[in-house]
Amino acid sequence: MNTHLALQLAFCTPLAGALLIVATGRHAAVRNGITLATAITLFGSLLALAPAVFDGARPTLTLLEPLPGLPLQLTLEPLGMLFALLSSSLWIITTLYAFGYMGAHEAHGLTRFYACFALSLWAAVGMALAGNLLTLFVCYEILTLATWPLVTHAGTPEAHRSGRLYLGLLLGTSISLLLLAIIWTWQLTGTLTFVAGGFLQGSASPALLGVLLALYVFGIGKAALMPFHRWLPAAMVAPTPVSALLHAVAVVKGGVFFILKVVLYVFGIDTLGQLWSTQWLLYAAGLTILLASLVALRQDNLKLRLAYSTISQLGYIVVGALLATSAGIVGSAMHMVTHAFGKITLFFCAGAILVAANKADISQMRGLGRSMPFTMAAFLVATLSIIGLPPGGGTWSKWFLVAGTLEADQLLLLAVLLAGSLLSALYLLPIPVRGFFSRPDTPLNIADHKVPLACEVAIGLACLGCLVLFFQADTLYRLARLLLPGGTHGG
Amino acid sequence: MPLLAAPLCLLVYERRFAWGISTGLSLTALAIAALLLQHTLADGVISYELGGWSAHWGIEYRVDIVNAFVLLVVTTIASVVLLYARQSILGELYTGRIPLFYAMYMLCLGGLLGVTITGDVFNLFVFMEISALSSYTLIALSQERRALTSAYQYLIMGTIGATFLLIGIGLMYIMTGTLNMRDLADALPAVSGTRTIETAFAFIVVGISIKLALVPLHLWLPNAYAYAPSAVTAFIASTATKVAFYVLLRFLFTIFGVGFAFSNMLLGGIFLVLGLLAIFAGSTAAIFQDNVKRMLAYSSVAQIGFMILGVSFATTTGVGAAILHLFNHAIMKAALFLALGCVFYRLGSVNIKDMCGLGREMPWTMTAFVIGGLSLVGVPLSVGFISKWYLVLGALEQGWWPIAAAVLLASLLTLVYIWRVVDVAWLQCPAVRRQPVVTEAPPGMLLPLWALILANLYFGIDTSLSVGVAMRAAEWLLGGGG
Repeated sequence: MNTHLALQLAFCTPLAGALLIVATGRHAAVRNGITLATAITLFGSLLALAPAVFDGARPTLTLLEPLPGLPLQLTLEPLGMLFALLSSSLWIITTLYAFGYMGAHEAHGLTRFYACFALSLWAAVGMALAGNLLTLFVCYEILTLATWPLVTHAGTPEAHRSGRLYLGLLLGTSISLLLLAIIWTWQLTGTLTFVAGGFLQGSASPALLGVLLALYVFGIGKAALMPFHRWLPAAMVAPTPVSALLHAVAVVKGGVFFILKVVLYVFGIDTLGQLWSTQWLLYAAGLTILLASLVALRQDNLKLRLAYSTISQLGYIVVGALLATSAGIVGSAMHMVTHAFGKITLFFCAGAILVAANKADISQMRGLGRSMPFTMAAFLVATLSIIGLPPGGGTWSKWFLVAGTLEADQLLLLAVLLAGSLLSALYLLPIPVRGFFSRPDTPLNIADHKVPLACEVAIGLACLGCLVLFFQADTLYRLARLLLPGGTHGG
Repeated sequence: MPLLAAPLCLLVYERRFAWGISTGLSLTALAIAALLLQHTLADGVISYELGGWSAHWGIEYRVDIVNAFVLLVVTTIASVVLLYARQSILGELYTGRIPLFYAMYMLCLGGLLGVTITGDVFNLFVFMEISALSSYTLIALSQERRALTSAYQYLIMGTIGATFLLIGIGLMYIMTGTLNMRDLADALPAVSGTRTIETAFAFIVVGISIKLALVPLHLWLPNAYAYAPSAVTAFIASTATKVAFYVLLRFLFTIFGVGFAFSNMLLGGIFLVLGLLAIFAGSTAAIFQDNVKRMLAYSSVAQIGFMILGVSFATTTGVGAAILHLFNHAIMKAALFLALGCVFYRLGSVNIKDMCGLGREMPWTMTAFVIGGLSLVGVPLSVGFISKWYLVLGALEQGWWPIAAAVLLASLLTLVYIWRVVDVAWLQCPAVRRQPVVTEAPPGMLLPLWALILANLYFGIDTSLSVGVAMRAAEWLLGGGG
């Protein structure tokens, strides 16, 4: 297929989907059909683009030119491909899950819900395909605004409070730090277009570039680096499908994706290694890994524990990006994918438990595996993947991350990564273990069949994804290798 | 021409006819302004000697890129607001006074256009007083009784400003013997070291700063904006201060020259501090207002701070950003005030407490408010983003990154006060049953409102007109063109 056409199709599909969803809101079946069709079309058009990217093609599409020399532009490259495929494939699964979950649990304002969902995906795909910093920034802001109604979907005062925190932190960091960094980049170089190997080198003193890097890394609030992480636990008031897709995949991965983009295409790995601030930012990310894991240990609410676990795992990806070694970059890109599959499975399970057993606290989940064996088994597989043990896909990404720290001679960070994995075992493993081997405190009168079928299918697919990523990691690895200089076929 | 229309409106004294004349005339003025801008972009300066007297004695009208651009802004806003005013003032004025409103409106417009177009400083003063006096009347026309006191307050402050300006002009005349701007610019360097000229400069800058409502001389503005009829607020907020700002640019760059103003008089530092002060004081005050009109008035104080900040850089990007913001702020503020006018028309109040759940009852109006508000914050793809972009760029070019950070931080303050309204209108208290039932504003008011909102988005996406002209105008000013 013509690559330009497919690119346009991929970009326009979710937007058109959102409009159609609003238009057909009165007929639930039609609306749901459109949501699913949109998700599948999006995934299909992205898949059609994949061979071209492997061959080294970098199709570009200019949309508008709001400022002279600063167009809104789409360019497809391997990292964006990875992120777009990840978001769109998981969107299909989440849509399935949402049909079951929203029907059973929170059945109001569904049209708005699905429309905002499609808009968020549009923004995420826009981020994935962005060809310059301005486009990436615009889509980043749209993603914040489009997910906000989803966070406050419940309409309770608590949801509104969380919504304010969410919006305040994400918009605050992006406007006051990130935008400053972007305008500064523009002022220094006169371009914002992504270039493989970076374009900032030599444009300013290393001291200034170091400041700029810090502005970028902290300004991208969606990467949830401490101290700007509070929005993520706050966002957990949202319905489970939102937490699953947006706050384990699209939004947070959008944040680390942005950081990876900046590292690879703005600074360049070589420049990055020489900056004074890189080491400090690595420590900040390492600290985030440890602190978030410790906080996660103390959470009794399952979704909150998962949220802090996400913060900690995002720290891994940031560490991998900032290590500025080839293994680090590969590991970080792979971890983006493997963590997404693992975490989405965990969230799906949490939602299923909430629907079937009406339980949100971990302390009440003893013995749950006996009555919900399927859900708990999926939970176990995903847990292993997050920790980085076979047969979960997380094994490989952690492998490369650890190799990256060794390559860069960062022994302290190596210790942090290992300690983080150990901690994640401590806060996640007890849940399925107690679920299977402890006796319930009170007799449980529930069974797996209370989970809507659509949810079970979605859980199964996501869990399968974790396993496939372990056994068939080669494709993912090849895509991630493309990010490195010399890994491309002449592109 | 608008000056002629004013007595005509009074003579006819019939509502619809007066509206027809004023609208027709402002649309014609708009067309003329657009043509003028096209001419100046192509050929440079146009000069017209009023009454056939030569420039040194008679009054000369001169149009270059800068004032052609301002003319375009003023006439556009005037036309849109007039289209809107036909219905909006019905609820806010006594019926008998409506022709008077149009007469004053035309007078005010004529004065503002005169200020912008003239090439003679005394003539400028005269026109400024015409527009000022008529705007006092416009504010006092409101049914709200507090409008009288605020108009009075404005009158006192405005007159002091005008007097200062006149003293400054007088001092310059003593030293140089001319009132023509070009001659002044030629003659001033010879005498610029004298104390008299320095005093004149100080008087003029302070005088204009009062008109411009630069902190700490802004006290008249919040009341005047809050209690005037909505159409008047929209008109004055987006034209009067803008024209005063143009006068400031004209005096600083064309008459006194960059070197004198910024090196000898150290104006850069003063404006920098005052601009920042205005931005933060204005935004913070806006956050604590319950009357939304007053809130936007304080926001205007802050936005003027942005423009002054741009001027204080004294670079092409800085001044260009200021001129750009002049244009952009005019369309966003006018749109916001028009939206509030719709609210007032239906609700009879613009207090934030009364606006609970209004998003459901007046969706079009409130959506317009949200878009206008986001533009004010500086969200990408709106005009506000473009202004902020160039302002921050200007600060970074100078290497003043704390100022760049301050500008962005101020955008967050803007977000806070805009969000308060959004929060109340859309999110809190979903199901209020209001008596009588509130419905959407009439299309005659919605259409002008949405025209401005779409302009907000259009000029945020296609900036070739606004940015191109603003940057050329800034180069022109800094190049000492005149």
